[in-house]
Amino acid sequence: MNTRADDVALYLKRRARWSPFEIAFWIFAFATIWLFPGKYLILKDTAILALFALSLDLILGYAGIISLGQAAFFGLAGYFSGLVAKYGLITEPVIALICAGVVAAALGFVTSFLVLRGSDLTRLMVTLGVSLMLGELANRYSNITGGADGLQGVEIEPIFGRFRFDLFGHNGYVYCLVVLFICFVMARRIIYSPFGLSLRSIKGNTLRASAIGIPVKWRLVSIYTVAAGFAGIAGALLTQTTAFCSLDVFSLERSADLLLVLIIGGTGYLYGGLIGAVIYKFLQDWIANLTPQYWQFWIGLVLVVIVLIGRERMAGWIRTLRAVLARLGARLGPRSPALGSAGTEGH
Amino acid sequence: MPILQTIGLEKRFGGILAAQNVNLAVEPGARHALIGPNGAGKTTVINLLTGVLRPSGGRIELEGRDITGLLPHQRVRLGMARTFQINQLFLDLTPLESIGLVVSERLGSGTDWWRLVGTKAAVTNEIAEIVERFHLADVMHEPTAILPYGKQRLLEIALAFACRPRLLLLDEPAAGVPEAERHELLATIAALPKDVTVLLIEHDMDLVFSFAQRISVLVNGALFVDGAPDEVARDPRVKAVYLGEELAANS
Repeated sequence: MNTRADDVALYLKRRARWSPFEIAFWIFAFATIWLFPGKYLILKDTAILALFALSLDLILGYAGIISLGQAAFFGLAGYFSGLVAKYGLITEPVIALICAGVVAAALGFVTSFLVLRGSDLTRLMVTLGVSLMLGELANRYSNITGGADGLQGVEIEPIFGRFRFDLFGHNGYVYCLVVLFICFVMARRIIYSPFGLSLRSIKGNTLRASAIGIPVKWRLVSIYTVAAGFAGIAGALLTQTTAFCSLDVFSLERSADLLLVLIIGGTGYLYGGLIGAVIYKFLQDWIANLTPQYWQFWIGLVLVVIVLIGRERMAGWIRTLRAVLARLGARLGPRSPALGSAGTEGH
Repeated sequence: MPILQTIGLEKRFGGILAAQNVNLAVEPGARHALIGPNGAGKTTVINLLTGVLRPSGGRIELEGRDITGLLPHQRVRLGMARTFQINQLFLDLTPLESIGLVVSERLGSGTDWWRLVGTKAAVTNEIAEIVERFHLADVMHEPTAILPYGKQRLLEIALAFACRPRLLLLDEPAAGVPEAERHELLATIAALPKDVTVLLIEHDMDLVFSFAQRISVLVNGALFVDGAPDEVARDPRVKAVYLGEELAANS
């Protein structure tokens, strides 16, 4: 009996272990700081988009909540961090960032009750409605937000009073990347925790989830709130690194782009948003250089092709690739032999 | 005191009475079966008991406590768990993850978002015990979607059992299980611990009469006969109901 319990513990721990693919991914991500010094601007935008997409993946990929309104949290926190910097209320960027995340999460909590009920379509409409309303409020109160001209006169103090946001965007990019990494690690912990497992069970079968004692409603409220916080942090990063905030933070396009990113990258495995953001940004950049006016045509074409090939099939390719890599890894470095007997080799 | 008692339970769907004046009492530790012909309202009753449906009238008491107004997950926490007639499983999770989920929920770490699943000895020991009890050890790493049907059926019960209920409602546990896998399933059900009260909703008369110590017959949404298996078997009215159904089916 004891050995079975050990098996169980070992297997459960192993599923949360960082894979070689993940480690390589992050080593490369941080290496870009030295590899592409001329590309900080687009790299920074990519990191922000990746964090933003991560927030949508948390609710869409893990809890099955579809949303066209993540921009509401992005925008609110964007303006919040701009205003507190402009009026000198919170001058230290990291503290302001955390506060912006909390503010966005608070809005997420309040609006989460709207998305609990209803089908995917009503959720799309409700989330879209919330972001439209906020966008219009920001437009209406232009004395505070600067309206269509955007929020002017934002000055961001150095991070921890030491690292100034330089002209080349070096520190800005490092800042975004570190924040992305911290948020990612948190999201990863969430996914592999009992809480994360309960979310997947709700997405998989809500009826059964409640029949085994899971308070479905509160779990959805929790993850929606957390995801809103992440979206808010992404929005605050944009304002802080550009020292500017305009009405387009609330735009429908921003939320729609996010769905595109997740369609490209895939949902429900955390890296979808990250990989999708990289592909999307660099595709956009590359195509825009070729045909500045018609880049959206090509993005549209890519989208159609992806849908035609099917995400499932692409995920299948990735799975095959991973399996091959895992087999290679197992051959190169034999891990503890106990794992083999506890794992799939037993049958 | 009965562990489960319904008093004048009633459910109306528009003009149809799916359950009427159901007074059911299940004694602690009992092996109680609820049977009835197709459309008798068995599933309606179980949905009322577990809180999936709201009754139009009457009361439900669990260990003397009125639970009529409670939500499904609250009833689970009070010690009542169920299985489903049609599998309701988490297809993309493995049996290990599914059972781990239930056990973590029950031990109160369902809101724990920082600790990894499987780092608490209490949780892993219990998962291991359940995996053994339900003969799932050799498939515990496979995604649920690809398990043989008999194993899925076992997992269906394992998930309910992992809630550590004092009352377990089994909704046609043997339905659709192929002959080869049937024995394992029936043996597992027979070996459920005696301190868990079982209310079995079943079509399969072999299973009912080999398992139950008490049988309630439901016809047209109302309790028809209630008694020991041999009494029920002898009861001419029960025979008439089932025979009538069979005659109708044969014609």
